[in-house]
Amino acid sequence: MSQTRFTKEHEWARVDGDVAICGITDYAQKALGDIVYVELPAIGKKVKQGEQVAVVESSKAASEVYAPVDGEVVAVNDNLSNDPGKVNAAAQSDGWFFKIKAANAAQTGSLMDEPTYQNYVKGLS
Amino acid sequence: MDAHMTELKRTQLYNLHVSLQGKIVPFAGYEMPVQYAAGILKEHLHTRANAGLFDISHMGQVVLEGGADILKQIEKIMPGDFQELKPGEIRYSFLLNEQGGVMDDLMVTRPLHADEQNSVFIIINAACKDDDFAHMKKQLPHIKATMLNDRALLALQGPKAAEVLGRFCAAPTKLKFMQADKFTIKDVGLCYISRSGYTGEDGFEISVPNATVEKFASDLLAQAEVMPIGLGARDSLRLEAGLCLYGHELDTMTTPVEGNLVWAIGKRRRSEGGFIGAATIQQQLKDGVSRKRVGIRPDGRALAREQTEVVDSAGKHIGIITSGGFGPSVDGPVCMGYVESTFAKVGTSVFLVVRGKPLPAKVVTLPFAPHRYMKG
Repeated sequence: MSQTRFTKEHEWARVDGDVAICGITDYAQKALGDIVYVELPAIGKKVKQGEQVAVVESSKAASEVYAPVDGEVVAVNDNLSNDPGKVNAAAQSDGWFFKIKAANAAQTGSLMDEPTYQNYVKGLS
Repeated sequence: MDAHMTELKRTQLYNLHVSLQGKIVPFAGYEMPVQYAAGILKEHLHTRANAGLFDISHMGQVVLEGGADILKQIEKIMPGDFQELKPGEIRYSFLLNEQGGVMDDLMVTRPLHADEQNSVFIIINAACKDDDFAHMKKQLPHIKATMLNDRALLALQGPKAAEVLGRFCAAPTKLKFMQADKFTIKDVGLCYISRSGYTGEDGFEISVPNATVEKFASDLLAQAEVMPIGLGARDSLRLEAGLCLYGHELDTMTTPVEGNLVWAIGKRRRSEGGFIGAATIQQQLKDGVSRKRVGIRPDGRALAREQTEVVDSAGKHIGIITSGGFGPSVDGPVCMGYVESTFAKVGTSVFLVVRGKPLPAKVVTLPFAPHRYMKG
């Protein structure tokens, strides 16, 4: 199983072959509070790293979710439409948002590894 | 950092909020809990199923004292039919400006007992406190106005509220919706209790002496049915109940006629007038208004929040959302807003522009969640 990588905007990406499965981090779901709606991209959408690709709404506010890598959206987690609370329950597993067929798998190397991200988050509070 | 930044005030329950892991935010000049450990969703649903305790001590509690004609006097500054109000009853009303715009919405209680009939008790919004107080003093110079700064205010709301309060004092559970009286609760002192609230549920608002409120709130929270509820769930509960929030549905540029609150203007008052703003209100009652407050329910699950534009099928601007969010009991998005009167009929299709896209929605009957008041 490959390593999970993290962005400064609190997305995570785990690369399996050339497909990156992506979501928002546990820190992000906690900060957002009860998640009540997730707007997912269309399959086939071409995205660039850092580009807005989804929206997550909590009872408090709407937040943008950015693509952790360049590529094409090849799958979305339809379970989130009926059960957006899955993101609160399991942000970094069952609460995944979308899968991107990465244009350049090495791009995840520019993202943070887990200890670096945890340190980064500590610095935010 | 602005050195002149106004210092935020705290209610008597600040320490209790912090000890309950309340997430503290600035609200109307106070440091208030937006949610506790459970979170907005659970707090909301708990209130509808059990009982929720809210600290609403930031709101203003005002006593106006005059002569035997006090009810007639206050009709100068409010459009309610206060002379018809019975002892021990409450009216929802407004302070209006000369243009008929709403300066504040408030609750007025006529005391029950014979020896209190020269006074009324009023609860006003926190953000409007100082302006309201100055306005009342100016417009009613012969009336003595007192802000009760020695009292805190709690709301106990939900289907289990009466059962819980009854354990501390049985008498107030005999009150019906929109009735009030004074009760002495053991170890708490003299409380002003009304059967009212801001959730659409049965419940009480309880004015408690500052000195004992922390102990009383803790004792209420120790009851198995009671959970502390923050401002986040207070907002989603009142939105589902179709109740206006000052500064959102109501402001100085909006009249009660536009706000679809004509029911709160007494019948006699509509024809007689005699209150500040009456000319505009009577004109609007006669000629109609160009925009009206409505409930709007998006067809999909995307939320439409405050300031979302409302358009017709051709994309023409027809209104604006004033409150919008997720309704936990409805299990979907709910909104209130103002639309051009021709679009205000229940069932009308409208579109809400969310992130640049027009999402289909419908004008619906308010409330979204049925009121469950304890009526007589």
